[in-house]
Amino acid sequence: MLLVEDGRLSVDDWRHLGDDEPIPANGAITVSFARWQTDEAVLHLRTDKLGLRLPNTIAPQEIAEDVSRFSLIILNFPKFTDGRAYSQARLLRTRFGYKGELRADGNVLRDQLMFMRRCGFNSFVVGERAIKEDWAKAFGEFDVFYQLAPDHRPWVMRQRLSKHR
Amino acid sequence: MYRYDEFDHRFVDERVAQYRDQVRRRLAGQLSEDEFRPLRLMNGLYLQLHAYMLRIAIPYGMLSSKQLRKLAHITRHYDRGYGHFTTRQNLQLHWIKLEDTPDILAELASVEMHAIQTSGNSFRNTTTDAFAGAAADEIEDPRPYAEIVRQWATLHPEFSFLPRKFKIAISASAEDRAAVKMHDLGLYLRKNEKGEIGFEVLVGGGLGRTPLLAQTIKPFVARRDLFSYLEAVLRVYNRYGRRDNLYKSRIKILVQSLGAAKFAEEVEAEWQATDREAVALPDNYVAEIASAFEAPRFDATPVDERALERTITANPAFARWMKHNTAAHKAPGYAIVTISLKPVGQTPGDCSAEQMELVAGLADELSFGEIRVAYEQNLVLPHVRRDQLFALWQKLDAAGLGSSNIGLVSDIICCPGMDYCSLATARSIPVAQRLAQHLSEREDAIGRFNIKISGCINACGHHHLGHIGLLGVDKNGEEVYQITLGGDAGDNAAIGQIAGPAVKSDEVTGAIDKLIAVYEKLRQGEERFPDTYRRVGQAPFKEALYAAR
Amino acid sequence: MQIVTGNRLRDGAVIYFAGAGDWTPAIDKALVAEDGHADALLAEAQVGAPPLPVVGPVLIEVRREGDHVRPVTLRERIRASGPTTGPMTGHTALDANPAASGVDDYSI
Repeated sequence: MLLVEDGRLSVDDWRHLGDDEPIPANGAITVSFARWQTDEAVLHLRTDKLGLRLPNTIAPQEIAEDVSRFSLIILNFPKFTDGRAYSQARLLRTRFGYKGELRADGNVLRDQLMFMRRCGFNSFVVGERAIKEDWAKAFGEFDVFYQLAPDHRPWVMRQRLSKHR
Repeated sequence: MYRYDEFDHRFVDERVAQYRDQVRRRLAGQLSEDEFRPLRLMNGLYLQLHAYMLRIAIPYGMLSSKQLRKLAHITRHYDRGYGHFTTRQNLQLHWIKLEDTPDILAELASVEMHAIQTSGNSFRNTTTDAFAGAAADEIEDPRPYAEIVRQWATLHPEFSFLPRKFKIAISASAEDRAAVKMHDLGLYLRKNEKGEIGFEVLVGGGLGRTPLLAQTIKPFVARRDLFSYLEAVLRVYNRYGRRDNLYKSRIKILVQSLGAAKFAEEVEAEWQATDREAVALPDNYVAEIASAFEAPRFDATPVDERALERTITANPAFARWMKHNTAAHKAPGYAIVTISLKPVGQTPGDCSAEQMELVAGLADELSFGEIRVAYEQNLVLPHVRRDQLFALWQKLDAAGLGSSNIGLVSDIICCPGMDYCSLATARSIPVAQRLAQHLSEREDAIGRFNIKISGCINACGHHHLGHIGLLGVDKNGEEVYQITLGGDAGDNAAIGQIAGPAVKSDEVTGAIDKLIAVYEKLRQGEERFPDTYRRVGQAPFKEALYAAR
Repeated sequence: MQIVTGNRLRDGAVIYFAGAGDWTPAIDKALVAEDGHADALLAEAQVGAPPLPVVGPVLIEVRREGDHVRPVTLRERIRASGPTTGPMTGHTALDANPAASGVDDYSI
């Protein structure tokens, strides 16, 4: 199940292709980073939506040239305390101009949703707890931010400076 | 001092509401302890030996009298009537109930305070010189930069789940009074040839299991580039810092394993690829923040120095206090006063609610309502007219706050140790008390001397940087103490060397006596212990300690 | 010989498992597991619907001295009887463990 950025719940209608599975001609599929490296040429021939599952150990730089190929990039939080995907997300959105869906997977918990959203994630893989505990509320907990981030919410330094215009 | 605007107020209120709900969910069983622990740590709440411990942030050590009074109220109402000032300029309360913490944070928010990120794997309190804005040797006041960094570092969405904690210190004086080199990242304020302000950036300092001093990775970062450069450093750390081993996860380990030069290259490459202008720190913003730190309107009436001289001559105890507890101020006729929280026989760094209220009142009366917390665990009144010093001293002395021992051997830095802390391997406070009791009578003869004591390898007592350091460890159920020699904080920072086998707790005082005796015999002129140690080497000290065994 | 201890969730007080879902600040009332039964005791202490009243329950080694239960390690004696120094010397959260619980040597 997915939580999406405006707080709605939605169904994941992507097929997440295993590395041993043949590449189907049609349908929205995601592939692993390893698969992307070996089968890029084949995947290039498809016209249906393509997504990438990027481990948190790979620098976004590695796919700098390719971001426009993907409609979905899935980043991973193996443990919620492992914050490498925040940097990956921010770089994908800013330095590499990625415009598609950016999804957080792994140990995704309510109290990190705000940070993830700010870094540019716009969908989140969640379970039943998200409904029971109304995780969507987490997105509204703050409206004051001290940093510039990919979500482009106003940040305090800019807000203060613009008050003087 | 910095005053919250509408943004800051709303932010801390939102934070309190968020935390209140997190506590509710924990107490309702919706959050496990594993899920809750990082959340409470990000609001400074630890679970210690006897109770929860709350570490309240005192940003760069600055307090208003109103804030100090609120801290007194909180210790009285929610704790046991006293608090402990720490080696990172914060305040710890050791008898806290989880169920009270949302209300405590709300009370703190009402006076523009919080406990945000005083624990957890993100940015901790950014510290600076307790004499900032008053010291005569400043290039510029570092506090605006400390405040700017504090805000930038607060709930930074990219860097809130780092491999480990991240401590930043800033110094802007000829003398480093902020122990910059022992921090994960240090900033020395510098001026380039054009007279423009920027920072020398040092990375990779830290104490604990692997004590290391920070190394310069960039001699000058223009002020405008401060955020973008910091982000480049943090991004390299976030990516490459070790997450597999808790004891190897600080940035100092990464810098050590790559080498400072290679680490600097990685940061430079990351920085060059960054859109620096998007996060540039403009001059007008620095000016806006700096305007909050303008100096108070000092009274320019000349001080009657002759009268002060006569008072000093007539009052030897006051003379002694003036000598050790006051420092030169940039404004004529003023002095910087350090209030010792190290009375002999008491817990170093502890302060009762009554004492806090007294100091708040004295600050209002004599120091423009300003107080500072020094990392040496003492309090500072930064702006006191010299003709008020005697009256101040009399009031402090009457309240047990008149110890004239700043920088002397009884001014011991000491962590809470195993009397309070669940990480500790030995007690530290009783050792400090016995040493102070034993040595205080001779402390003027001994001169400046820094003993630092930690109750475990995490080194919150900074023992690595003590002239003599003591590390309490457990040996088969017995408390023993490892001695390190020749450490130093500040400009000549040095990590102390292990002297030899650990000594039993009842041997500590005798051991320190022997070491001080060697120092007194061998020192030349006004040499401090680390200088004597560097000059004569370890041998005479080791011999004194271990030869008779 | 072992007992289970932890901190109480809502206020952090030091508590000991007394069996049947009960936790007490009085160490003398702790349920003692003889050798071989300690793991079962720890498991029993963690039974219950979340939230458990205790945080971080662990087994600790103890001795019997008359009617009293005394921890073996100094750390646990300090947890039972309070800090050995300072304004809270000998204090325990609910004054449940008088000095008889074992820290009689405050000098070192």
